[in-house]
Amino acid sequence: MTARDSDTARRAATPGEATPDGHDPDPGGHFGSYGGRFMPEALIAAQDELADEYEKARNDPEFVAELERLLRDYAGRPSPLTEAERFGAHAGGARVFLKREDLNHTGSHKINNVLGQALLVKRMGKRRVIAETGAGQHGVATATACALLDLDCVVYMGATDTERQALNVARMRLLGAEVRPVDTGSATLKDAINEALRDWVANVADTHYLLGTAAGAHPFPLMVRNLHRIIGEESREQVLRHTGGLPDAVVACVGGGSNAIGIFHGFIDDPGVRLVGMEAGGHGLDSGEHGAALTSGTPGTLHGARSYLLQDEDGQIAEAYSISAGLDYPGVGPEHAWLADTGRAEYRAVTDDEAMHAFRLLSRTEGIIPAIESAHALAGALRLGAELGPEAVLVVNLSGRGDKDMDTAAQYFGLVPEAGITGEDQR
Amino acid sequence: MSLHEVFRDCAAQRRAALIGYLPAGFPTVPDSVELFRAMVRGDGDTAGCDVVEIGLPYSDPVMDGPTIQTASGEALRNGFRVRQLFDIVSTVAETGAAPVVMTYWNPVHHYGPDAFARDLAAAGGLGVITPDLVPDEADEWLAAARQHRLDRIFLVAPSSTERRLAMTAGAGSGFLYAASVMGVTGARDSVSGSARELVRRTRAHTELPVGVGLGVRTAEHAAEVAQFADGVIVGSAFVERARQDGAAGVAEFAADLGRGVRRNSTSIP
Repeated sequence: MTARDSDTARRAATPGEATPDGHDPDPGGHFGSYGGRFMPEALIAAQDELADEYEKARNDPEFVAELERLLRDYAGRPSPLTEAERFGAHAGGARVFLKREDLNHTGSHKINNVLGQALLVKRMGKRRVIAETGAGQHGVATATACALLDLDCVVYMGATDTERQALNVARMRLLGAEVRPVDTGSATLKDAINEALRDWVANVADTHYLLGTAAGAHPFPLMVRNLHRIIGEESREQVLRHTGGLPDAVVACVGGGSNAIGIFHGFIDDPGVRLVGMEAGGHGLDSGEHGAALTSGTPGTLHGARSYLLQDEDGQIAEAYSISAGLDYPGVGPEHAWLADTGRAEYRAVTDDEAMHAFRLLSRTEGIIPAIESAHALAGALRLGAELGPEAVLVVNLSGRGDKDMDTAAQYFGLVPEAGITGEDQR
Repeated sequence: MSLHEVFRDCAAQRRAALIGYLPAGFPTVPDSVELFRAMVRGDGDTAGCDVVEIGLPYSDPVMDGPTIQTASGEALRNGFRVRQLFDIVSTVAETGAAPVVMTYWNPVHHYGPDAFARDLAAAGGLGVITPDLVPDEADEWLAAARQHRLDRIFLVAPSSTERRLAMTAGAGSGFLYAASVMGVTGARDSVSGSARELVRRTRAHTELPVGVGLGVRTAEHAAEVAQFADGVIVGSAFVERARQDGAAGVAEFAADLGRGVRRNSTSIP
């Protein structure tokens, strides 16, 4: 912990920080040995500009007030904390509270980040925004913010995903964004990020890359985390109000890790609160088909940062797999790597089947259809509740709603005749 | 011969060095060895490349345009493995040209920077070009490269500030790779005027030779760039030529480019 302590001391001395929490990376963006900027030199100037402008913005009361206004009046914050009693009965009788990011405008936590970054784009005087998207959640959120703030928007999306998520492609186009299918590499999220980076190198003078998760090169992991920290801050207040105390554990799903890092940070200085991230176990860690970078990956560099990732014995990036497109990513944000190594947070993997079980269970016990991403966190809560027993209090980040996943769910459970039957029961 | 000596000899001939790139293992390992040899050989009249840039195929080449992405992907699909790189480097070293490796950082990170530097040096490699490793993050690499006497070739870009040009020049050795335009690799119809300006700005900070890459695809381009740079770097155009005409085409193209960098060899840059 020595490195952490000296880090903390140095950061605490930084003047003018609006919300100091002692957990910022060093000036180069390093969380311990993770993070940093493994980027082409051509993009470093833009990263520097972004880091400077972000520092100024987050200490500028006008910027902060404008973001707060949008989050309240446009996105619908604060999101409620809902106690899920019937669901909790299946989690060893624990009290389970759901942080309802699914009720935000556009249906997930993603809006917190895009509104903040889009305001920053206006502040930097840029006109054009590019973004990557996997399932389409971040692409839709970005297209939404760009429509609101009158910015040109181009979304890169793997060709495999544009087919799987045709309706989200239509939503983005309706919102005025251009969607560019990416057919290079594995034609999924990581390749969409590669293509967005290639665009950014060529157009950096007038273009902002609005990255959708707390990964990538500095300052993205710091900035995206801070923009989502409101999830954790609200949750902490709300759970104190509901229960008079702090929870035993906070549970969130981890793909790139933005919703998890946001909610974790509300509790990171509460040592009694366990922070538990649930990764995509896919068909099981032994199958090799999963997206569990922290649970079974090794350190490496991808998309600008050093972190844990899935790679082969030559350091070639492996293809991730998950039933949930939002967790189908071979890397993870660098702060999670740091939290895993220091032990402050713990990470586990949840298989497709466990997640889909939790998906249906929440739908039937609470009348809430979660995103399949969030269903991984719910599956984690079922396990933790069983381990901790009925005295436990759990806060689960319900990071998004499941409307977008109905095709997948219908096929998985055989809910519509055309979708066929996959062996799950028909009740 | 060291990179320093290569550039010194070219300067003595009052010409720029010709630096040619192809991915290792493209389309297969034995084929790529033939292509690299052809690239150095040129034709009976004019020699080819002075420096050979051996690309390490990578799954996520964010600085590369479609031509090199596709070629690298093909090498990987045909089973290229990192350990095969070193034999290819040895083969190139035997031709008498100066072999350097161009690689994204993760495969080196994964191999172990010190082990990579050791094995590359043992194979006769002279240095490494690192398109996604800036000196700010390169402490471990700088130590490994110094230990094994490899040159550390960093990129500079039109967007680099004066402070970063100075810092990058200070950390680099062998030569500096100037990206002629803001963008990824790929043959372009003209070489941007920003290249000349970037070389001028870079020279203010260093005595190191400056090579210009991105977009050079004809002998005309090569001649033009040779007037203001110490090295002319050609990549995607070699890949395209290899696809069309194989090793014979690569040899012919290398000789054309060789004549390009020699065209104005009496003029003083």
